[in-house]
Order: sequence, then C-alpha cells, then structure tokens
Amino acid sequence: MSATQLIAQAVTTPAARTNQKSRQAKLLRALKPSEWLPYAIVMLGALIMLAPFYFMFVFATHTNTEILSVPPPLWFGSALVDNFRELVALRPHFWHSVGLSLWIAAAATALNLFLCSLGGYAFAMYEFRGRDKLFAGLMATMLLPAFVGMIPFVLLMKEIDWLNSTRALIVPGACSAFGVFLMRQYISSAVPRELVEAARMDGCGEFGIYWRIVVPLIGPAMGTLGLVSFIGSYNNFVGALLVMSQQEMFTAPLVLRSLQGTGQTQWGAISAGSAITVLPLVVIFILYSRRLIEGLSAGAVKG
Amino acid sequence: MSAVLAPNGKPAKERKRRRLKPWQLMPYVFVAPFFILFLTFGLFPLLFSAYASFFRWELTAGLGNMKWEGLGNYAFVLQVNDLPWSRFFSGEFWSELYARDFWRAMYNTFWLGIVSGLPQHLIAVPLAFFIHTKFRRARNPVIAMYFLPYITNTVAITLVFSSLFSRDFGVINQVLTGLGHLELFGIHPLAWLFPAQNVDWGRPEYTRPIVSFIVWWRFVGWNTVLYLSALQTIPKDLYEAATIDGAGLLQQFRYITVPLLRPMMLLAVTLTIIGNLQLFEEPFILTGGSGGVGQVAETVAMQMYKVGLNDGDFGTASAVAWLMFMVIAALTWLNNRTLGRKD
Repeated sequence: MSATQLIAQAVTTPAARTNQKSRQAKLLRALKPSEWLPYAIVMLGALIMLAPFYFMFVFATHTNTEILSVPPPLWFGSALVDNFRELVALRPHFWHSVGLSLWIAAAATALNLFLCSLGGYAFAMYEFRGRDKLFAGLMATMLLPAFVGMIPFVLLMKEIDWLNSTRALIVPGACSAFGVFLMRQYISSAVPRELVEAARMDGCGEFGIYWRIVVPLIGPAMGTLGLVSFIGSYNNFVGALLVMSQQEMFTAPLVLRSLQGTGQTQWGAISAGSAITVLPLVVIFILYSRRLIEGLSAGAVKG
Repeated sequence: MSAVLAPNGKPAKERKRRRLKPWQLMPYVFVAPFFILFLTFGLFPLLFSAYASFFRWELTAGLGNMKWEGLGNYAFVLQVNDLPWSRFFSGEFWSELYARDFWRAMYNTFWLGIVSGLPQHLIAVPLAFFIHTKFRRARNPVIAMYFLPYITNTVAITLVFSSLFSRDFGVINQVLTGLGHLELFGIHPLAWLFPAQNVDWGRPEYTRPIVSFIVWWRFVGWNTVLYLSALQTIPKDLYEAATIDGAGLLQQFRYITVPLLRPMMLLAVTLTIIGNLQLFEEPFILTGGSGGVGQVAETVAMQMYKVGLNDGDFGTASAVAWLMFMVIAALTWLNNRTLGRKD
C-alpha cells in the first residue's frame, strides 16, 4: 500500500466508519436465503456431478458382499487388489484391452495433431481457389449425423479386411473437422504471415515452412487438440462395438460392457474396471481442465 | 490436380502459363487428408446407406444379391397401411401406432431427447449466468466439476449408475428413504416428498427417466461451458449502463443476456438435437442392449443397430437410418428458423 493511500485512509475516518457499517449490512444480507441459496444449489449440483465418480472409486475398493450390504459402503475399503484379481479371472484380456485403448488413443492423437495442423495451416495461410467453399464444407461435416452411415461403414471395414484391427479405430478418425477448424483459428492468429513469406523468400519449401516455422509456434493449440483427440478416441465405444468382435481385440469399454449381466453381476470387479478405465481421463482432466475447457469452447464461440 | 498440371509434351509457352507454383499447389495437398478420410469413411457410408435403403438385402447374400425394393423398405418400417386411421382422435390409434417398432423407437427417442435435453439448457443458461456474475476465485473449480461428466467414459459411468440405482443396495434409494425417514422434533417433515420404501428402479416406467437423467448429467456441464464462453464475449459496459439505468439482475438477464446469447443457443440446441436423436450409448448400456422391458428405452439408433447388425437386414436398417436422418435434418432446419431468426 502506498503512502498516499495510507494518508487518505487516515484522513477519511468517517468514510471508514460507514465502511464498517456497510460490512455489517453485507453480513446481514448474506444470511438472507435469496443470497446464499443460489450458491447452495450450485454446490449441490456440483456434488451430484461428482458423486458417481466418488462411488465408483469407493466401490472399486470393496468386495461384492460389502457393496450389496445395507447401507452401502461410503468410504474406501481394502479389497482393491482382490477386485482386480477377480476382474482378470473373469476377463483375462482386461489389461491387454486397457493397453489397446491407450495405444489406439495415442496413435489417433498423433495423426490428428499432424494432419489437422497441416490442414489448418493451409486454410489459414494460403490463398487458393475454392478455399472458402472447402472450408464451409468442412464445417458442415461436423453437423452430419455419423450414425446414419453406420451399417455401410461396417461393410466397408469388412471389404477392406479391417475388422478386428486397430486400424479401423485409428484411421477413420485420423483428421477431425473440429481439429482442422481449431488449428486454422489458432494459426491465423498466432503465426504472422510475414514470417511465412520471409521463409519462402529464403528458399524454404512449403512443407518446410509448416514443419520448421509453424509447428514450433502452435504449441498451445497442439496441446488442446491433443487432449480433445485423446479423450474422444479413448472413449469411443460405438466404433469399437461395430468393428471389434474378437475378445483379444476388445477395447476397455467393450470389456466393461461384456461384464454386465452375466449371471450374478460382480459389482466390485466392474467398479474396479470402470475406475481404472476412467482414471487416465480424470488425471488428464485434473492436470489440464482449464486448457481443455477453454479450447473446446473457443472453437464454439468463434464458429 | 493432374488436369491442371501440364504434361511434358505441351509447348513450352503453354506449360509455363499452366504450371502452378508450389504455394499454389501445396495447400491442396495439405487439406487433402481430411477430405479423403471424410469421403471414404464419412460421406461414402452415408450415401451408400441411402442407396441400400431401396434394396432388399440380407447379410448372408453378399453385395451381388441386392434386390430392388423401391420404397418397400420404407413402407415396411413405417407400417402405416393398416392403421385404424378412422379412429385417429381416440387413444386406440396411438396405442396401435406405439405397438409398431419404428414408431415406438421414434417416440422413445423424442421422449428421451426432450426430457434430457430441455433441462440441460434451462439449467445451463442461468447457471452460466450465475457463475459468470457471482464467482471469482471458485470459478474454475466449479466449472471443472460440472464439466467432468462430459469427458468420462459412458460405458464405465453408466455401469456405475446402474449400481447406484439398484433397488436393495443402491445409494440413491438409501438417500431417498433416508430423507423420507428424517425425523425433526418428532415429525417426519419430508415424508410426503420422499418414498418410505425402496423404489424399484428396474420397473419399466423408470427406465426412460433414468436414461434421461444420465444424459442430462453428462451434458449439462458442456452446455454451461458453451454458454459461459459466449457470456464472456458480451461487453461489460452494457451491464454497467443497465445498472445505472436501474435494471436489476433479473432484468439484465432477461433483456441483455438472453438476447445476446441467442447465437450460442442456436449452436448448443443444434448440437443437442443432433446428439439426442442419435442417442445410443446410455440406453444401450443401461438396458444391456435390449431396450429394457417392453423396449421402453429402445431408441431409433439402437433399433437400427439391432435390425442391421443383429438381424442382418441391411435394407431395412438403412431405411431406418435415412428416416432418422430426415427427422434430424428437419428439426435442425426448424431450429435454425426459430432460434436463428434475425430481427
């Protein structure tokens, strides 16, 4: 606090007194339901949002009998290892499936980062015939209901013999329209055109400009797109349901789904499997939630 | 592109004129991956299903054995010929309609779509406004808590929900009956609101509400984030001017926020319509793929999956798919006309 401010405060004692009064009034007002009730409702809603995650992790540490008892466990137990043992006994491929899910998500993310930034670079930095029409077309594809083509998609996969292979889940989603759009927005605001022109003057090839000039400048957008692609691909259930029929090629969501409704439901094992499937997402989210939320909504606002 | 590039045999003058500089050619190469992938894995299946919907075509027969069926598949799906049209205004007509697979699935899809979708927006808009105006330090954690459901694995979390909704040991029943039995000064103040006995959530009348709740739970935070990001673009001086003019918070919300949020509402509602009409994962997992007792939660997308890939009847499934497409297109257009109107 500066000296002048101190002096000002010392001189204006009447004002300070009213200040104190207004603080009291503030406190009184805070006790009125119309003041605190909205906060309480927002917090209650937030609890409802988090509760399923909490119970998932709690149930993952309890045996089936404990979960089925009344009242159900509300705090962590000690049966986590047993649950995983049971899960592996029920589905020997479980860990393989988790690995497969992670691998597919990583590969799809790498491809998306490369292809989307390349496309976004072209849309942001070049003048070429049909550019605006092509871009409008790209945006329109985001509104197409993907489900309508589901059955021919499976037939196509069968024809090119991609059923039960990871390619079927990596390649079709290797360059998302959203990613190209996000990259175009970011590159046109973050990369100066003069820099690109100067590099071209100096004899840098077009791909060289992308690789040496643009890529090093778009780290934040790459981070956002990487998160979005990874989460989307990791959570892809319908795609896996359509193309994977052999147990060895099941991704984590498919294994979880296969545990459901086979005789007596093993809630402990299911919760443990669910928890381990969701864990990478929760970790990513805790680390990067702000960037993820901002990236996703930035795309929507500018569009 | 080969048509634009001059072949070597052409006269030098023309070749010079026609040859593209690398910066004229390369952008096409750079955007090509998206369009190649989209045409192959997106548009081709979409159009092929339109084509296939006019053929009778069984899984075992293969591509060579498609039989022209005309609009037969559509007629088979819609089954409108022998409906009791004369009793259109009585309940009998509608229960008869509900008994037909496609119409029941359509009804279920709309039921789930509206009951899960409408509250998403009715809650997300005020919630976003409240967070935007009232929260400072706690802002990001609160948003993150609401947003977390959006990024989780549907299969895992739907399985968790099905245990939470279990009749005898489910946490939700414990909470509800606990509140019902709550005793304050010798009376049960909440007994009228909450059940005394455990609710059997497995009964068919609860299936759709539970699915709707899960869908709502997953997407309300996403919509809140969309609206929040739009709120940040509204200039602050508008609110300041309104405050000077004596407008309260509710008036500011009604006359500044809501009109200026209209473009984002258009986008968010469009995304909800497109997503909800293709609803598949939540009801599929919750009902074990069957649609529940009496198929009360079987959506159009689930029916398409069942007819096409379980029964192997591709023609009929494609007709279902295209009927769904037409409904989505019509609703998107209608939404554009109402929310997107400029005045």
